[in-house]
Amino acid sequence: MAPDDVLLERLRSGEEAAFATLVRDNTGRMLAVARRILRSDEEAHDAVQEAFLQAFRALDRFAGDSLLATWLHRIVVNACLMRLRHRKRHPEHAIEDLLPQFDDTGHRLDPGAAWTDDVVERMESAQLQKVVRDAIDRLPENYRSVLVLRDIEGLSTEEAAMALGIRPEATKMRLHRARQALRTLLEPHFAQE
Amino acid sequence: MQPKLTCRELIEFLDDYVEDRLPAAQRARFDDHLSRCRACVVYLAGYRGTLRAVALACAGDAPPADVPNELIEGILAARRSEAGARAR
Repeated sequence: MAPDDVLLERLRSGEEAAFATLVRDNTGRMLAVARRILRSDEEAHDAVQEAFLQAFRALDRFAGDSLLATWLHRIVVNACLMRLRHRKRHPEHAIEDLLPQFDDTGHRLDPGAAWTDDVVERMESAQLQKVVRDAIDRLPENYRSVLVLRDIEGLSTEEAAMALGIRPEATKMRLHRARQALRTLLEPHFAQE
Repeated sequence: MQPKLTCRELIEFLDDYVEDRLPAAQRARFDDHLSRCRACVVYLAGYRGTLRAVALACAGDAPPADVPNELIEGILAARRSEAGARAR
């Protein structure tokens, strides 16, 4: 039997040591995911605990069609998304305000300033992290979620669509708009004068 | 012959262009527009820069070396408490 199958059998039989193994083996990874999505240690801890409790309740329904770690990853991502939806946010921009504008013939109204080739790579690492994360936090919640799931957590379009409860085509469109909006928010930091 | 792309049309499908999902003919129309439109060349450079910035900014997020033991114990205690409540 595969190691996961053995552990799953022990979990379903209620063995305490099996629960301890599952939690110790997976909390680190799940906590890292939750911290990336929620940007708060306290909320990340709560989300990880909620995720494990949901997983324990659903053990009998787990079909074994993925690794336990993958299944737990999906559950903690969903737990974090639920928290994001209920969280009081900083003032958010409307997405339309952050998208490029065009005239009646479809041409750009404002060409914008050029980004030099390696301007991103030349920024000091801690500053880059702060600039990017602050900008991501300013995105409207629906757009922030899809960008986090796709570009930071590395979920596929189909996985992100399922987590968000929207169709894959809608996920792609939302991601593209999120990236455009993020470009606008990052421009003051990277564009040449 | 297909009409030339506008800036709006290019930017609408920019994601597909950047991720190399466009059919060859469509990609050729994109390349033609970029050869004539500095504004879109600038926009594309910034769009690619944005993707690199996100990748670099989040590259260092490794799993934490130390998971607080109280978190692990809290999770296991909460599980026992729920299991006990279900059993009653």
